[in-house]
Amino acid sequence: MTELNAIALEGVVKEYLSHGEVVQAVKGITLDIAEGEFFSLLGPSGCGKTTTMRMIAGFEEPSKGVVRLHGQDVTNVPPNKRDVNMVFQSYALFPHMSVWDNVAFGLKQRKTPQAEIKQRVGEMLEIVDLAGREKRRPREMSGGQQQRVALARALVNRPRALLLDEPLGALDLKLRQAMQIELKRIQREVGITFVYVTHDQSEALTMSDRIAVMNDGLVEQLAGPREIYERPATAFVAGFIGTSNLLAGTASGGTLELGGGKVLVPDRDGPVTVTVRPEKITISTDKPGGDVSAVPGTVAEVVYLGTYNSYAVSLADGAEVTVFQQNAHDSTTTAERGDSVWLSWQARHSYAIGS
Amino acid sequence: MRSRGGRLGDRLLHVYTWLVILWLSSPIAVMIMFGFNDTPSKSNTSWHGFTLKWYQQLFEISDLTTALRNSIYIALISTVITVVIGTMLGLALGRHRFRGQGATNFLVFAAISTPELVMGASLLSLFVSANLPRDAITITIAHVLFSLSFVTVTVRARVVTLDPSMEEAARDLGATTWGTFRQVTLPAILPGVLAGAMLAFALSIDDYVVTSFVNGSTLTFPLWIVGSVKTGIPPQVNVMGTLIFGLGVLIAIGNAVAARRRT
Repeated sequence: MTELNAIALEGVVKEYLSHGEVVQAVKGITLDIAEGEFFSLLGPSGCGKTTTMRMIAGFEEPSKGVVRLHGQDVTNVPPNKRDVNMVFQSYALFPHMSVWDNVAFGLKQRKTPQAEIKQRVGEMLEIVDLAGREKRRPREMSGGQQQRVALARALVNRPRALLLDEPLGALDLKLRQAMQIELKRIQREVGITFVYVTHDQSEALTMSDRIAVMNDGLVEQLAGPREIYERPATAFVAGFIGTSNLLAGTASGGTLELGGGKVLVPDRDGPVTVTVRPEKITISTDKPGGDVSAVPGTVAEVVYLGTYNSYAVSLADGAEVTVFQQNAHDSTTTAERGDSVWLSWQARHSYAIGS
Repeated sequence: MRSRGGRLGDRLLHVYTWLVILWLSSPIAVMIMFGFNDTPSKSNTSWHGFTLKWYQQLFEISDLTTALRNSIYIALISTVITVVIGTMLGLALGRHRFRGQGATNFLVFAAISTPELVMGASLLSLFVSANLPRDAITITIAHVLFSLSFVTVTVRARVVTLDPSMEEAARDLGATTWGTFRQVTLPAILPGVLAGAMLAFALSIDDYVVTSFVNGSTLTFPLWIVGSVKTGIPPQVNVMGTLIFGLGVLIAIGNAVAARRRT
């Protein structure tokens, strides 16, 4: 290893005793998070992402496995002695303290000299755009401002890594989108490793360098946003990230016969599930030529959605395929409800996935 | 535009409100007034003109002064003990899940709903069978017992409104367990703790029923007053009552001002 990872999890398991039964919230996770990376733990509620983060922060002790921060084993180190800081979903600001005292809290615990506290808190409030509001109490501020106080309170300590537990969950859509860009900017500015827990796939795709998609206590796929979206490793990832069509059948000789059409599945034989994204599919009335995947179907529904049209197309075997068509030139639709159409896509746009 | 009927209703509500306030405050008004009564005899029940002499002769009756001093000491000490134990209980019940929690909650409620007579009588038998001499100490123990539940309930009510992540945030920012309690938890529950302390003090300083069982030969302010009913309550009692009431009003005002400053 030439460079130490900011965070490393090695075979981490977390078990709880619930009504006399052992429940595994995290079933064995091994991953490395690089220095300066924006890393997301993405998954539905109950998938173990928050538990995983709490083990990194030190609020939960793993039942098995090792947590390392910069190569150092911190598995049994309490949270106040770990060089990471957390932004809580509820912000967890101290209601009886001013914004200034909230942000200065961590530095005071460390017995930082008064002059340095003054300088660093001031700088940090500048970065999160809260200069001039030092004397406010948290409850006098809007959700977005409280969010930024929480962020400043954690970042001012210059932790080796910042952990964020669904920090934008309580904000409305517009503010959430603005804060996503803001978070990314702050991360670039301070250059600290961010570990971000979210169930919102678009949030994870927007901000992350890498994403670990979690389900049922395990990591289903760990890759960059583009790869997670374009090449989902499992049916779960395909279904959880964006909209995805799953076509199942038995392939032979690199082709999957499907209701009078064919799906190209290079190097595959036997039972297979193929995933293809709705926006990759072209809809046409004539059978397309050339070396593409093409299946016939009947339009069951057309929905106009402004920037694009969404088609639901029924295949001969009863499967329904969703197709998005951009409203690039005019808003006329290629097909109407009840029309017989052909769906086609490039072979490289569909993937055979694990079960 | 509001209707005539509505305006009449408003006016009636106004009158009714003032009647209730008058009714509630009349005993206090009478107590304060008779502290200024220039009564010639021992009985202080009819008006004889205004005087300030009872304020000058406030501590003339040495038994009464001793009784008041006992009451104040007992109230202060039992309040401190009650607040410490009650705050810990309230925190435990409001924050944590533990074996025996249901039973503890039930006990807290039971202590509030037990009639004072029953509590006094059973405490007396307990102290007698434990061979404890009845004095200021047994009175203090008894006062801690009956005010503990009130402090617990007040603190617990405050604790459950707190964001449980707040203490984790303090730990995360480097505070020790004790540092977290001192800098974050205690200030956050302080309004509940102070309210509990005032309740405990108020319950203690005017308790008669339970105290009368466990006092032995020690007299407190309420016990002395009840004992002097037959011979006539001297105006000094009114003056002391007025001063205690005035202190309570000052604390209430201070609390209201502090609450306004906090928001």
